[in-house]
Amino acid sequence: MDTLSGGLVRSHCVGTTAVVYASDYLNKLSGEKIEHECRRHLNCGCRALVIDFSDTKLVNSIGISILLGIIDVAEKSGAQIVFSDVNNQTVQLFEMLGLTRHVALAKDEREALLNLSHFETTTPVVH
Amino acid sequence: MEPSTQKLIHTFGALADLGQEIAGPGDFTEMVRTSMHLLLGTLALRRGAVVECSGPGPLRCVAIWGLGDSALNGFGIDEAEMESFLGGDICESLVRNTSSANVFLTKYRDKLAGEEIELVVPMIVRGEVTGLVLLGGKASGEEFSSDDFETIRAMVRHIGVGIHTHRLLEQLAQRAEENRRLYDELRTIYRDTVKAFAAAIDIKDKYTQGHSERVGRYSEIIARELGWSEEEVEGIQIAGYLHDIGKLIVDRDIINAPYKIDAKNSSELNRHPNAGYEILAPIRHPYADIPLMAKHHHERLDGRGYPDGLTDQQIPMGAKIVSLADSFDAMTTDRPYKRRRSFEDVVVDLRENSGKQFDGKVVAAFARALLKEVKGETRERRITKMLGKTYLEGDQVATLLTDLISDLESDYSRHEAKAQTL
Repeated sequence: MDTLSGGLVRSHCVGTTAVVYASDYLNKLSGEKIEHECRRHLNCGCRALVIDFSDTKLVNSIGISILLGIIDVAEKSGAQIVFSDVNNQTVQLFEMLGLTRHVALAKDEREALLNLSHFETTTPVVH
Repeated sequence: MEPSTQKLIHTFGALADLGQEIAGPGDFTEMVRTSMHLLLGTLALRRGAVVECSGPGPLRCVAIWGLGDSALNGFGIDEAEMESFLGGDICESLVRNTSSANVFLTKYRDKLAGEEIELVVPMIVRGEVTGLVLLGGKASGEEFSSDDFETIRAMVRHIGVGIHTHRLLEQLAQRAEENRRLYDELRTIYRDTVKAFAAAIDIKDKYTQGHSERVGRYSEIIARELGWSEEEVEGIQIAGYLHDIGKLIVDRDIINAPYKIDAKNSSELNRHPNAGYEILAPIRHPYADIPLMAKHHHERLDGRGYPDGLTDQQIPMGAKIVSLADSFDAMTTDRPYKRRRSFEDVVVDLRENSGKQFDGKVVAAFARALLKEVKGETRERRITKMLGKTYLEGDQVATLLTDLISDLESDYSRHEAKAQTL
């Protein structure tokens, strides 16, 4: 079931993977909420993160910096991270800036979860 | 879209956001933090910090990202290290540049490298190093390019100016606050001095000790009830304290005469309002018209007062308030030749003399303030306290005041209607 947390950031868990939905414009305000939500899931024991960009039209510089922070936190926790449903323009931006060296991209959430399926455990995450 | 075009758009967007952030009215730390994020996000850097230095000494971390909270503990800068940042090329700021002449980098190279910081860029404002921006960890894994250096230089300059401007504004606000505090202190000193004067005036008259202070308090209460501003209320209180200052030049025997004084002595005593004006006029009071209130506190609406025989509209409102406060205190305190009057008598006197000696609006305001106390509608019972515990005992007090207010208000309405007809 989806939950709304930290001021309207939608997320849900599939096994030990958390799926967090980015808003239409990833800037300071929305970026910090996503970061908070990702940290919350990682602290609860999630072993992988999917950030879904299906609603995201634009990512600005602060958004990039915050995404790099999330990548850092995920790496330090030993968690995998996948960006799904990223539009072409944003994919180009991520590639140009080198974010794609640290995260995998997936066509959509389903593909992202499939890619991460080997990280699944049978123990459900308690939130 | 060409990657170079996209990079340009991304950088321009960041510069525009940075300009807005720096010019905005937001919180200082938040401004620096956001500015740092904009810089990191422009080049996709994973680590960064902004530290301030207001001279040689320890560096103060204002914003940090991707580094441990204690990563910059123990960093400081001295005069020579600050100097070494001035005029150097940005390549001199690269941590791995072992041939750099920068003495700060030489000193901290290992520590910086340990934290994976690759570049230390000074914020220079008006030829002075005001802080440093520490950067590292390009997400692309590439080296910094000359374009990157240009972007960093421009953005760090913006951040430096932003920090400098915020600090200047903070200093200004601090000075304004300090001035306000000094002004408040001066006002307190002024008020205390005036109170001391009031006590000195009253000491001369052994029968009316505390009179000036009570007149000040009554005046303040009336003015507040009339809806005067806080500044005006403070002013009228001071006028009340000083209204009898002219008595300092009147012979002590006349003031303390244990009988009703004769015409000659009365005329001597009646000099005190003008004398008070002469004493107070040369002083630059922080409140308006204090000398005039002292001069005219014995004027009457019917023109039979002194020193100038002014009538209703000619008498300043402040003087009307002080006049009522003065008379009320005279009626409600014991004098050498007569005991104080009962409250019922006082109310009758106020009613009879409203429109002749006193302004009915001022009397009504005083009566309303007292009625609120009697009914327990006020937190403090200041008038009651000055009159003494037993003075206002009895159920008829509230009725007397209610009737007085009602009479004065209908007089006032009649007067207004008449004025409109004319």
